[in-house]
Amino acid sequence: MADTMNRASHDDAPLSTANNEREAIDEATDGLIVQRGDKLVARAVTINRPRDELYAFWRDFSNLPSVLDNVVRIDVLDRERSHWVVKSPGGGIVEWESRITEDREGELIAWASEEGADIPNSGRIEFRDAGSRGTVVVATINYDQPFGTLGRVISRIFQREPKMQAQRDLRRFKQLMETGEVATSSRTHKQLEEERS
Amino acid sequence: MRALTWHGKHDVRVDTVDDPEILNPRDAIIKITSTAICGSDLHLYDGFIPTMMAGDILGHEFMGEVVEVGAGSTLKKGQRVVVPFTISCGSCYHCGKHQYSACENGLPADNQDIGQEMYGQPMAGLFGYSHLTGGYAGGQAEYVRVPFSDVGPIVIPDGVEDDKVLFLSDILPTGWMAAENADIEPGDTVAVWGCGPVGLFAVQSAFLMGAERVIAIDHFPRRLELARRFGAETINFEETDTAAALFEMTGGIGPDAVIDSVGLEAHGFFVDNVLDQIKKSTFLGTDRIHSIRQAILACRKGGRVSMPAVYGGFVDKFPLGALMEKGLTLKTGQTHVQHYMPALLNAIMEEKIDTTFLISHTLPLEQAPQGYKMFHDNQNEVTKVVLKPGMALAAE
Repeated sequence: MADTMNRASHDDAPLSTANNEREAIDEATDGLIVQRGDKLVARAVTINRPRDELYAFWRDFSNLPSVLDNVVRIDVLDRERSHWVVKSPGGGIVEWESRITEDREGELIAWASEEGADIPNSGRIEFRDAGSRGTVVVATINYDQPFGTLGRVISRIFQREPKMQAQRDLRRFKQLMETGEVATSSRTHKQLEEERS
Repeated sequence: MRALTWHGKHDVRVDTVDDPEILNPRDAIIKITSTAICGSDLHLYDGFIPTMMAGDILGHEFMGEVVEVGAGSTLKKGQRVVVPFTISCGSCYHCGKHQYSACENGLPADNQDIGQEMYGQPMAGLFGYSHLTGGYAGGQAEYVRVPFSDVGPIVIPDGVEDDKVLFLSDILPTGWMAAENADIEPGDTVAVWGCGPVGLFAVQSAFLMGAERVIAIDHFPRRLELARRFGAETINFEETDTAAALFEMTGGIGPDAVIDSVGLEAHGFFVDNVLDQIKKSTFLGTDRIHSIRQAILACRKGGRVSMPAVYGGFVDKFPLGALMEKGLTLKTGQTHVQHYMPALLNAIMEEKIDTTFLISHTLPLEQAPQGYKMFHDNQNEVTKVVLKPGMALAAE
């Protein structure tokens, strides 16, 4: 597979680490992502489980709220489409419908929001064999940089630092896949509910 | 339940709090029978560690009886266990290599940001040591929730008293790993800076690994006396020029291996980083940097430097040139407790290692605040305070 997420013309580093973000987005969106915004976030994590297992978990979008912090619910509408319900500030929610734009079993899932999304976005997740270390998972998200009310919404979705939030979500995915649970330091059920609300 | 909680600088109290509950499948609830105050707890007591919150339960050296288990735990109710201070999953790449303190899943996802920022990568979680290390409630309490209970706690045979095995939780494996990192060869002379619990266990471990001579360095007479009891020669750095003495005592060669355990009271990840910021106003920061610098300069050419002492940030005037020119090897790291526990339990059972000598005071949990104060105020006499939740209040 041609690795379109690497800046082959300049160096071998991932696009998401480029100093020139605009240029990187242009390159990224020339590739597999359907462009739905002007911000790009990508993170890689190595998970000590087989590629197929990780792909299967992610392919069933209804699994994702257990690792994506601010996603309340994802309703799977059909093989390609899903409806996302995501927390917004002040207890409200934002919603959009998302369509799978590319799906390679055990390798890659790409998606993009449909017209009329509260926050236009697209993304993809790739799974690459890492030998005895398991699988390298790379998540890439492309979203609209919102302003005003929408700015507050997006800050809630991706917290203050979108890259950090993506990484936290990937850490939870890793924890669930490797250990069977998501780590918590809560002491009681009540604390745990407050932490996850 | 009753638990020792932190409220601010020099303000710890025994409060009534909610009992812990099973939250994840691999959890267990332990009823604490013995728990120790670690020297590093004094840094929390002194208010040096950020991200402490009022009501946090302290304690990372503890053991007790299993009273409740999740569906994924391998423990059974009624078993007696010692719990490692590091919270490690057993399933990630690093746990697979027995690098338990580098576990990738022990910290809650949101608590991993700081380690990532400071060190490039987060480390394992710790019990009872601020929210930087996960915010897990500690074991100076009647009960504690233990995550990953199928890989952490070690089961203790019936009839073995708590005091003998309690230190498997932290300081004994830490002293052992310090000696192991010194790559001791038979006939070696090993110098140990700091005769706190880790240093004293490093002294014993070094002899077990074949050292011919161990030279222990401290300034508390009682602690030097304990080192002497295990066969070490001693240097009191308040009375002696340590560097000169080490060369004279080794015929001008220098010790084959040196161990810096002066930071031994500071197992927490971030202690020195914090102290770094305030080191101008404290003696601790400079003292610690002094000990590793002195150890590197005293070590013989081609020798080994082991550093169990905790450093969290950046240091000034580190003798990088001496390290390179003399061809020294430096090994360090947080303790991989789970890796060392089984062999060390055997060593205790076979009476190769003495652990109970360290305990100078035993108190009921209710008197934990007094325990903190006496440990803080008198480090010469008070070498280790053990708290027993089940112990009756003494009529003192």
